[in-house]
Amino acid sequence: MTVTTAGRVDVGFADRPPTTDFARLPTLLRRLTGDEKHQPSSYSTLDVLWVLYDRVLRVAPDRLDAVDRDRFLLSKGHGPAAYYAVLAAKGFVPESWLDDLAGPDSRLGHHPDRMLVPGVEIGSGSLGHGLGLGVGIALGLRAQGLAGPGTPHGYREPRVYVLLGDAELDEGSNHEAICYSGACRLAGLTAIVIDNQSATHSWAPASPNTGYTAAVPTYGLDSAPAESVGIATRFLVNGWTAAIVNGRDHDAIEAGLTRSDSRRPHVVVARVEGKQHA
Amino acid sequence: MRETFVDTMTGLLADDPRTALVLADISADAFASAARRHPDRVINVGIREQLMLGVAGGLALTGLRPFVHSYATFVVDRAYEQIKLDLDHQGVGAVLVSVGASYDGAAMGRTHMSPMDVALVDTLGGWTVQVPGHPDEVPPLLAANARRDSSVYLRLSTQRNERAWPGDGRLQVVRRGHAGAPLVVAVGPMLDPALRALAGLDLTIAYTHTPRPFDTAGLRALAGREVILVEPYLAGTSSRVVAEALGDRPYRLLSLGVGRGDLRRYGTPDDHARWHGLDAAGLRESISAFLG
Repeated sequence: MTVTTAGRVDVGFADRPPTTDFARLPTLLRRLTGDEKHQPSSYSTLDVLWVLYDRVLRVAPDRLDAVDRDRFLLSKGHGPAAYYAVLAAKGFVPESWLDDLAGPDSRLGHHPDRMLVPGVEIGSGSLGHGLGLGVGIALGLRAQGLAGPGTPHGYREPRVYVLLGDAELDEGSNHEAICYSGACRLAGLTAIVIDNQSATHSWAPASPNTGYTAAVPTYGLDSAPAESVGIATRFLVNGWTAAIVNGRDHDAIEAGLTRSDSRRPHVVVARVEGKQHA
Repeated sequence: MRETFVDTMTGLLADDPRTALVLADISADAFASAARRHPDRVINVGIREQLMLGVAGGLALTGLRPFVHSYATFVVDRAYEQIKLDLDHQGVGAVLVSVGASYDGAAMGRTHMSPMDVALVDTLGGWTVQVPGHPDEVPPLLAANARRDSSVYLRLSTQRNERAWPGDGRLQVVRRGHAGAPLVVAVGPMLDPALRALAGLDLTIAYTHTPRPFDTAGLRALAGREVILVEPYLAGTSSRVVAEALGDRPYRLLSLGVGRGDLRRYGTPDDHARWHGLDAAGLRESISAFLG
């Protein structure tokens, strides 16, 4: 391991080749938590993170600084065990790092730090920072001709993905970013909102008829849950495209993520079970 | 200074494709032609200061050099956590350029004042703070800021000295007293009031437009037993730096600057300077009392 002049850590290792086996994640999660009881379903973000890294993101441990890589920003920095497990499974960090979560010499803490963890694009933890940073990254890529209509691959490459939680959407900073990126048609930006119904004041519309319910395609769900519709509506009214997906169904997640067009930002609301309050 | 900033920034945007400007409506009209020429690098997010800083952090993460501009109270006070996390914690930098220093906007009242801006920025590590005292000092500072990556707070004001004192930020002796004479350090536009206040007194008066990093080597070389800071922002902002620089010798320190209270008064910048004891008469009274 070496520390670059910019202070970021370069890690040269290959203690295990990247895996395409989702079933390996419980073992990695146990190394992080030392907890035998928690099932993968305890991790609201696990399936979305897996689909992103296994099927969607064009990122790789051996091209961490490639200018044309997709950017994945974990805005909801709370409870990053699933994130670390996926990064280890995909070869971004050594599995041995998982054994000392938040220890005094650990690079993995309860909120991730981009200066300490290879492949982590932003340090997060304080809620409501990722989407604004993601807007800036998408604008920066566009200004440098790396994304946008002038490139051979159009808006598809590279793309900026920002993962948020439904309670995180309480923070007003998100709404500054949602309004602006819709107004300036910031194609190239995808927000993913994990809807585990954890917002203190529900996102379900006060009036059941928002006019948007029928406009939101759903994947892997029999019907669109009210909270998910309420979340999607906040983006739709600002000119985004939206999809609501079953956040445990890998094909549904992939279908929702790849449904963006080349003219507008896109949001995927990933519905999972309600948060268990202790 | 604001006009000088607009002209120089417009030139930098044309000359250096790495530069970008992020606005939250303030000064958007002044940059309209630059925005037409560089629509991808002049970004007005509307009245959204949290986003303004977040966008700057994101632009810097892609390798651009963002300049961020608004009133001091909106660019520093309002979205302080974005400065701390979207810039510093991400390991990237930006140039924050403010107008409306301290009580420049006196007639607009407390909502448009931020005498605490430099103190807030000073809670962070590794920042350069520039407080020019004359419009001619602004262009070289901006050009140098475009060439580096670290974070800079450039504080523009409608208050100005008669002449420019360009330089690299080290203390410049404007008037020299006898060896060991009390040292007055005037920051930015406080130089002229200090010179008027102290006419005829045997003091050394030094000037800087760059209070961070403070020229502590120059301070140690010039300081006798008495040191007097005259700063155009919150009184005491640089006391800590002086204490650290002179900790191994006996000294007395008087820190003059803007007071902490909300005066709940409008009026002009000159009125506020007088109320805060920062006009020539007020400075002379405080400094004479200190020197005894």
